[in-house]
Amino acid sequence: MPLLTVENLTATHGLLHAVRGVDLALAEGETLALVGANGAGKTTLLRTIAGAHRAALGRIRFDGADITLLPAHRRVPLGIALVPEGRRLFAGMTVAENLLVAEGRGRAGRWTMATVLDAFPQLRPKLKSRAGDLSGGQQQAAAIARALMSNPRLLLLDEVSLGLSPAAVEQLYVSLAALPAGGTTIVLVEQDLGRALGVADRVVCLLEGRITYEGRARETTRARVLEAYFGVSSALGAGADR
Amino acid sequence: MIFLNQCLQGIFLGAYYALIACSLSFLFGVMRIINLAHGSLAVLAAFLLFVLADRYGLSPWLGLVLVIPVMAALGFLLQILVLERSLKGGLLVPLLSTFGLAIVIDNLLFQGFGADTRSLAPYIGDLSFASWSLSDDITVGQLDVIILAAAVALLGGLQLFLARTRLGRTIRATAEAPEIVGLIGIDARAVYALSTALAMALATVAGAFLALRATFNPYSGGMQLLFAFEAVVIGGFGSLWGTLIGGILLGVAQNLGAFVNPHGFLIAGHGFFLAILIARLYLGPRLARLRLARLRPRRPRPHAARPA
Repeated sequence: MPLLTVENLTATHGLLHAVRGVDLALAEGETLALVGANGAGKTTLLRTIAGAHRAALGRIRFDGADITLLPAHRRVPLGIALVPEGRRLFAGMTVAENLLVAEGRGRAGRWTMATVLDAFPQLRPKLKSRAGDLSGGQQQAAAIARALMSNPRLLLLDEVSLGLSPAAVEQLYVSLAALPAGGTTIVLVEQDLGRALGVADRVVCLLEGRITYEGRARETTRARVLEAYFGVSSALGAGADR
Repeated sequence: MIFLNQCLQGIFLGAYYALIACSLSFLFGVMRIINLAHGSLAVLAAFLLFVLADRYGLSPWLGLVLVIPVMAALGFLLQILVLERSLKGGLLVPLLSTFGLAIVIDNLLFQGFGADTRSLAPYIGDLSFASWSLSDDITVGQLDVIILAAAVALLGGLQLFLARTRLGRTIRATAEAPEIVGLIGIDARAVYALSTALAMALATVAGAFLALRATFNPYSGGMQLLFAFEAVVIGGFGSLWGTLIGGILLGVAQNLGAFVNPHGFLIAGHGFFLAILIARLYLGPRLARLRLARLRPRRPRPHAARPA
């Protein structure tokens, strides 16, 4: 049985349909890369799965249970955590407080303050710093660490590398690569296509709220994704395989 | 020496203002609501204590043990039934709804108790007038010292509670980003309701000290709100230690005004408040840096992606 099943999901912003009839299934331990241009509906889809945005139509099942109408705070104990776009740390609180405030609200599991700091060692010397004073890379690490404190079975990561230096992104992905080994299922929204294809088991491309491509990451070429990404059938990027 | 005594008495008076402002400051820090019913709710608590003392012979100190949970429960309902709905309508609606609530409370109290002034002072024996003489010109009221100690303990305790406890961190996180806390498993609605309950408990303590140190009537709430508001503005909205200092500065300003001219008590306080308000408008950011502690932290900056 899939860990997450999304059936005919539609989500709107006023009159705008951001997500249109999306069907998706995710197995436990799988890493899914969600790609698409700005405005394709990636963030809305992630927020709807996390419960931060209300589904207009369709159904979301998690571990067999229908969670479509559950508010976000009641999805966390089930094992769903979202790292939102822009990190959204509690900027006036210290890094330690950001982690502690999330502790004990999710499931019991291997992630504790100690193990999270082992996974993101760059946070260790910054525990007493205000989260708002950290660099972008450190903030992103703290945001992922905060989400892990609830011991999620499904981790939703929105725009992990946005605005970060290549060195910070590299450091983050080293930590992220170790997560699936612990049984964490990941949905990753990533603008860096090469990076997404490198870490994911499967790739889904969204265009104007609809899935335009879905395939195994290792069988997916860069050109094929770009074609789905822009919704054009052309020789775009021909020969530009991974 | 008389001048020194006036300043000292001003500090004690200011401690009371800090107590009455504490709840207002806390609620604003967490929910960005200026509760215009704050004074009336404190007076309501004073009347509840009065009833327990007058009809059932219960000491006001013991009465507090009963009235605090009742007022906290009322605060919980206030959040669910009034404030939560009002907040959805923008910034102005909570102001109007709490203003309306104040009018309702005042008039219900008038209907129930009439216009007579009352006090809890007769129910605490000598404590209402007992004092220590520090010198020939300076005496310190024992109740005033208790009020000062209560103000420091309450504001300091609240600051420690917010900084050091799990619930305190939860409240601060919710105050900073209510739309995000759900993603880490916090129910923002429940936190708001709990915060309003806590604010009402604080208002109850303030109402008790109002009734112990002075007289009150059904329409006393407006003046208490005004003093609380002035103390909070002088100290900086959302800053708990600032509220204590703001209250003390207001009390000292009023007493020094009375020292210059017997009619200068209120006008000196209001004048000082206006001077601070104008200074805040023109020197805002620089003055804000003078705040000693903040309940609501500096504006978050995480949205701007910073390079590593």
